[in-house]
Amino acid sequence: MEKELRVELKGISKSFGRVIANQDVFLKLYSGEILSLLGENGSGKTSLMNVLAGIYYPDEGEIFVNGEKVIISSPSDAYKYHIGMVHQHFKLVDTFTAIENVVIGLNKHDYRAIAEEEGEKYRGFNLKQSAKRMEKMCKQFGFKLDPWKKVSDMVVSEKQTLEIVKALFRGVDILILDEPTAVLTPQEAETLFGVMKNMKMAGKSIIIITHKLNEVLEISDRVAVLCKGKVTGDIMTKDANEEILTEMMVGHKVDLNIDRKDIKNTGVRLEIHDLSAKNREGREVLKNITFELYGSEILGIAGISGSGQKELLETIAGLNKETHGDIIFHNPKKEQPVTFFHKNIKQIRELAKQEKFHLKGQTEPVDLSKYSNKQITEMVKNEEIIFYEDEIMDIKNKKPIEIRDLGIKLSFVPEDRLGMGLVGNMDLIDNMMLRSFRKGKGGMVHREAPKELAEQVVKELEVKTPNLSTSVKKLSGGNIQKVLVGREIASRPKVLMTAYPVRGLDINSSYLIYKLLNKQKEKGTAIIYVGEDLDVILALCDRVLVLREGEISGVLRCKDTNKKEIGLLMTKKKEMTEETANGQ
Amino acid sequence: MFLKIIIDSIRFSAIYLFGSAGETITEKSGHLNLGTPGIVCIGSMGSMIGAYFYISISGGNTIPFLSVLFPLLFCVLFAGLAGALFSFFAVTLNCNQNVTGLALTTFGAGLLPFVASSLDGEVTASFATKIVKPISHLFPKTFYESNWFTQLFFSYGIFVYLGIALAIAIAIFMKKAKTGLFLRTVGENPAAADAAGINVNRYRYLATIVGSAISGIAGLFYTFDFSGSMDTSSLSGYGWLALSLVIFTMWNTELGIAGSFMFAFLYISSKYANSTPAGEQLVSIIPYGATILVLVLSSIFSRKLGKAPAGLGVSYFREDR
Repeated sequence: MEKELRVELKGISKSFGRVIANQDVFLKLYSGEILSLLGENGSGKTSLMNVLAGIYYPDEGEIFVNGEKVIISSPSDAYKYHIGMVHQHFKLVDTFTAIENVVIGLNKHDYRAIAEEEGEKYRGFNLKQSAKRMEKMCKQFGFKLDPWKKVSDMVVSEKQTLEIVKALFRGVDILILDEPTAVLTPQEAETLFGVMKNMKMAGKSIIIITHKLNEVLEISDRVAVLCKGKVTGDIMTKDANEEILTEMMVGHKVDLNIDRKDIKNTGVRLEIHDLSAKNREGREVLKNITFELYGSEILGIAGISGSGQKELLETIAGLNKETHGDIIFHNPKKEQPVTFFHKNIKQIRELAKQEKFHLKGQTEPVDLSKYSNKQITEMVKNEEIIFYEDEIMDIKNKKPIEIRDLGIKLSFVPEDRLGMGLVGNMDLIDNMMLRSFRKGKGGMVHREAPKELAEQVVKELEVKTPNLSTSVKKLSGGNIQKVLVGREIASRPKVLMTAYPVRGLDINSSYLIYKLLNKQKEKGTAIIYVGEDLDVILALCDRVLVLREGEISGVLRCKDTNKKEIGLLMTKKKEMTEETANGQ
Repeated sequence: MFLKIIIDSIRFSAIYLFGSAGETITEKSGHLNLGTPGIVCIGSMGSMIGAYFYISISGGNTIPFLSVLFPLLFCVLFAGLAGALFSFFAVTLNCNQNVTGLALTTFGAGLLPFVASSLDGEVTASFATKIVKPISHLFPKTFYESNWFTQLFFSYGIFVYLGIALAIAIAIFMKKAKTGLFLRTVGENPAAADAAGINVNRYRYLATIVGSAISGIAGLFYTFDFSGSMDTSSLSGYGWLALSLVIFTMWNTELGIAGSFMFAFLYISSKYANSTPAGEQLVSIIPYGATILVLVLSSIFSRKLGKAPAGLGVSYFREDR
């Protein structure tokens, strides 16, 4: 096919204050091609595309469309040159229907054009006429979308389709997709790729922003790699492979293997039985969740975002009290001495009556009633009173703080990173102290230990910070996350729940986190890993639990499954998966 | 007497209706203009200046039509300017909307008595016959005084009818017109509107100016129709009630007709109530209580009742990251 130059960016620079987003970028886009824009988070992919779509105005540089120099100072200018963008955070009005969202911003000329195309008389603003055109367009490109459906009733993939339809409705020839697959299941991503191929056949050019290498290799014709705001490479996809692309992205070779050791698990750590939970609005967010978590195991949790992942972790951590069912914690105390860490003398006496302890070097249950408090204190300090078995306790009715002290740690990285777990305006030491502020004497806090911890985290995780008294929000996103995850891991947890720990991290840091998690696993920690990237879950975790609308739709061994199977479980109903399971 | 209460309530409701209808337009664009009480005062001030100006240039020979038009034009001009000022701060200078609005309220409420007292007393004394009369009654007295029906429906000034017509027109505009759809988009999700090629700033400026101009008419109505006097001490209080009426009607101006009547009825009946001053005060706080109740109920049943524009009170700057 004859390729003509559609868009050319020459020397584009854009900075926000002192932050340079793009510097002297040159980029070409041809007709009928799919160009991947690859780069790590913060490498300036989205800023560059926002310049092309009229959201940002470049500080320097020129844009040529079809050989002519153009000035794009607003999104409507971009539409004038047939450039449209589907943003990562959809720009839709939730309370409107699909067709209302499509027609917003269209003017008289657009309506006249629609009327002409439909062979009808121009009647001004007319939703029905527009809906007809939209349906026709959906048929042409293979979309499924009801024009009269409200956006608030749509699932994520429908919203994305709507964004694409919105762009096509305006006669867009150059479509920019910003991380389109981040929110999709593998099946939905396949559908999207199909649609993209249809559009390419129709002569449209597509730029897809992504940081997933396999997608780049699957869908695109050409790859442009951005690193620190500059284009560092431009390569035909057929000449590329994962190693080459990573090297272009990061600047040096990165070991892309996650070393999953097969360790025999160290027994049940957490037993969730028939757990249901409601959120603050009273909607049921978890339904009859039953599973077990073992020590020395990484259990992955997969699911479309908002399927109950967050709620499950919060419920275990004791942050949600609207629950039914049991959460049983097996405290690994077998043959371990009792401590005063979360038991007082009265409780120890109580447990001794139930014959839970023996003395060091003996096998008979110890009778503590004949000892005085002072003697018992002495014995505990000398680690003479030993548990027979793991301590089993229902933690459902315990306070979050008690659950934490038992060694069940939650590190949740929310979308805005700072929302939970860290306080942006406080410095590193203070943020470390959020976990230990209760220790200290007479209302004064103890600052030495958190300082050491902060030093340790900064050193081990290579956190880039001027010093320890820098407020956390001034660090870059990746470094903030290292602080958060590092703090939780450093507290030597027995159960570690991490949600999206690598969200927004560059490849290097991501693999650092995976290594840390694996190290914890070797130490016997039971780990729950909630992730978005199924490839990572499959490589890192031992088992994967799939959530669908707050229910478990399947628990699979990572070794024996694949992305497709997980993807199906993410969307299909439970009954159906059981049938297929029986059929196999 | 009951008829009198109803008639007075309908008259009085025009203040709330204009105030809330204007503010609804403003809020639909995403601007939470807490300056409405001040804008109502500025509208009143504008109408006084307009009336003063007209009497001065006409030399006392006034024509009823112009007696209505001049105060209206000046009222709309001044109130619109106040709206433009708000937009300038909120959009162009990217200031906090709440602070800007409150400043505007303080400014307007202070400016009105100052201007009112500095107008020449001889001219203002002639307001009653030359301005108030043509504004406060549309139909001749002999026509409407004949029976209760005509009294109930035809005894008002032009602005009562105008207010109701305007409320219905705004409701239709918001729901059916293309520009109404665009305006709602700007208020719901300015980023989406911008990405779709709508000029967010222009919409916000225009909606706030038009909305403020309409709110300002409430001041004109109070000065030259309802009270007919230069005493405007309680005007900004009505402005606050108009503001809460917007929430009470869930941003529907057609509901504002009934809502403003209800607010007005509670206020007027407290005047007629044969009770202690304390009892009167107690009745007149009912509208505030009702608004709080509606807020609580609406947050419980938010899906069914409809919500505030999602972008309300949020400044929009395209290059924000």
